[in-house]
Amino acid sequence: MYFVLRRGLTLGVTLILISFLTFLVFQIIPGDPVLTILGMDAEKGQILALQEKLGLDKPLFQRFISWMGGVFSGNLGESLRFSRPVLDLMMSRLPVTISLALISLGVTIIIAIPLGILAAKVRGQWLDYLISLLTQLGMAIPSFWLGIILMFIFGVIFRWFTPGSYVPWSEDFWGAFKGLFLPALAMAIPKIAVLVRYLRAAVLEQLKLEYVRTAYGKGLGQNVVVNKHVLKNALIPVVTVLGMIVADVLGGSLIIEQVFALPGMGRLLVSSISYRDFPLVQGMILYIAIIVTCINFIVDIMYGLLDPRIRLE
Amino acid sequence: MKKNLNLYIGGGLILIQLLAMLVSFVYTPFDPNEMNIQERFSPPSWNHWLGTDNFGRDILSRIMKGSQTAFLVGTIAVSIGLTIGTFIGAFAGYLGGWIDEIIMRLTDTLQAFPGILLALMFITVFGPSTVNTMLALSLVSIPVFSRISRSGFIQYKQFEFVEAARAMGLSTIRIMFLHILPNVMSPLIVAASMGFASAVLAEAGLSYLGLGVQPPDPSWGRMLNEAQNYIFKAPWYTLSPGIMITISVLGFNLLGDGIRDLRDPRIT
Repeated sequence: MYFVLRRGLTLGVTLILISFLTFLVFQIIPGDPVLTILGMDAEKGQILALQEKLGLDKPLFQRFISWMGGVFSGNLGESLRFSRPVLDLMMSRLPVTISLALISLGVTIIIAIPLGILAAKVRGQWLDYLISLLTQLGMAIPSFWLGIILMFIFGVIFRWFTPGSYVPWSEDFWGAFKGLFLPALAMAIPKIAVLVRYLRAAVLEQLKLEYVRTAYGKGLGQNVVVNKHVLKNALIPVVTVLGMIVADVLGGSLIIEQVFALPGMGRLLVSSISYRDFPLVQGMILYIAIIVTCINFIVDIMYGLLDPRIRLE
Repeated sequence: MKKNLNLYIGGGLILIQLLAMLVSFVYTPFDPNEMNIQERFSPPSWNHWLGTDNFGRDILSRIMKGSQTAFLVGTIAVSIGLTIGTFIGAFAGYLGGWIDEIIMRLTDTLQAFPGILLALMFITVFGPSTVNTMLALSLVSIPVFSRISRSGFIQYKQFEFVEAARAMGLSTIRIMFLHILPNVMSPLIVAASMGFASAVLAEAGLSYLGLGVQPPDPSWGRMLNEAQNYIFKAPWYTLSPGIMITISVLGFNLLGDGIRDLRDPRIT
C-alpha cells in the first residue's frame, strides 16, 4: 500500500508538471499569437476580441490558475477553428485513436510473445538468426511507409478495403475492423520487433538461473520448463516494455492516421497545428501526455504487484 | 574472438550512405530541383535509375540530396542532445541531492510526452522549419542521454580513483569531466548511434506530416508524402525514399549494437 501511495504522489507531481509545461510552452510563442493567427492586417476590434477569447488580456499568473482549473474540470477553452469546446472535439475523435491503439497492442502481443519464446528456444540456430534479422528490419522500417505499402497492396491491388473510408464501430463492426486493422498492423510491426528482442533476452536471462536447472533435473523437457516455469518470470520485465509501447503507439497513431486518412486525434492535431489553432493543440497535447502518464503509472503498479522486490526499492 | 557482425554490417551500411551523401555535394546525375514536365512519372530506366516524380525531377538525385538533410538533422540533433544531456546528467548523478531531484523530475516530465508529441509541441510554438526540426529532435533526445549519463556518474563516483582525485584536491568540475566522463562515454556513444537512428526516423515522420524539413531542402519523409498521392501512377516513387530511411535507421541501430558488443563483450 505504501508503494502505491508513493507512486501515486509521484504521479500527482508529474501531472502538475506536465500541465505547467504545456501551459508555459505556449506562452513563449514568438511574436504576438493573436497577430500570428489573424494576420498582420487584422482590425483593432478583431484583435481585442481574440485577445479576450484567449484570455491574453489577463496577467500571466491569473491565466495559469484558470488553465490549471480548466485542466481539472475538463474545460480547456474553445477551438478557434471549430468554435467548439476542445474537450468535445477530442472526445469525438478519441474512439478511433483508442481502437487503433488497442488493436495494435493486441496484434503486438499475439505475435510477439510466441515469437520471442521461439527465438529463445532455438537460440544460436538459423531460425534464431532469421528472427533476429527480421526484428532488426522491423525496428528500422518507418511505420508510415509500411502503412503506405500495405494500403497499396491490400487496398489498391487486392481491393480488400477502400482506402480513406472509415465506418464507426456502431454502424458496421466488421467494416470498422477492416478499416483499422492495416493501420494497426503497420504500427504494430516495429513494436513486435522490440518486444520479441526483449522477451528473447528475458527468457535467456531466466534460463541461466538455478530453478531452471532444478526443473531440468526433475526430467522435464524444454517446452515444459520454458512454458510453465520460465515464461511467468520472463513476462514480468516485459510489462514495463508494454507501457513504453502504449506510449509509442499513441504517438505513432499521430502519423499513421494521416496515412490512412482516419478521423482520429492525430489527424485533428496535425491539421490544428497547420491552422495554428493553439487552444486545441495545447489541450490535445496535454491530454495525450496525461493518458500516457496514467498508463505508465498503472504499469508501474502492476510491475510492483507482480514482482514484490520492486516495492522495496 | 567472434566476429562482430553488427559492427561490420551497420558500419558498412552507414559508410555507403555517407559516401552517397559526400558525392551529392559535388555530383548528382541531374539537378535535383530541375523540373521536366515531359518526363513526369517515368519509371526507372537507364537514364533515370529510380524514375522521376510528379514534376519530372530525377528521384535518384533527390534521394542523394535528401541524405544531406537526414545526416545534417541527425548530427545536429544528436550533438545538441548528447552535449546537454551528458552535462545535466553528470551534475545530477555526481552531485545528487536536490539538484538530482529537480533534474530528474524535469526529465520525467519531458519523457511523459511521446517523443513525436514533444517535437510537435515545439514545432507548433516555433513554426515548422528545418532548424526547428533539429532543435525539436534534440529536445526529445536530451532526457535519454541525461539518464544514461546520470547512472554512469552515480556508478563511478564511488570508485577509488575518484576518491584519490578528490584527495589530491582536484576541482569537482575537473574530476567530473576529466576523470569520470571518459568511463561513462561508451554507453553514451552507443546511445548516440541509436539516437541518430531515432532522429532520422522522427525527421522522416515530421516531414511526412509537412511539419518537419521545409522546401526547398529535400527530405525523404516529404518525398514519401508526395509519392503517396501518386501511388497509382508511380508506385516506384514510394519505394526508394522508404528504403533509404530503413537503411540508415538499420545501419545506425546495428552500429550501436556493434559498438556495445565491442566495449562490453559480456552482454552477447
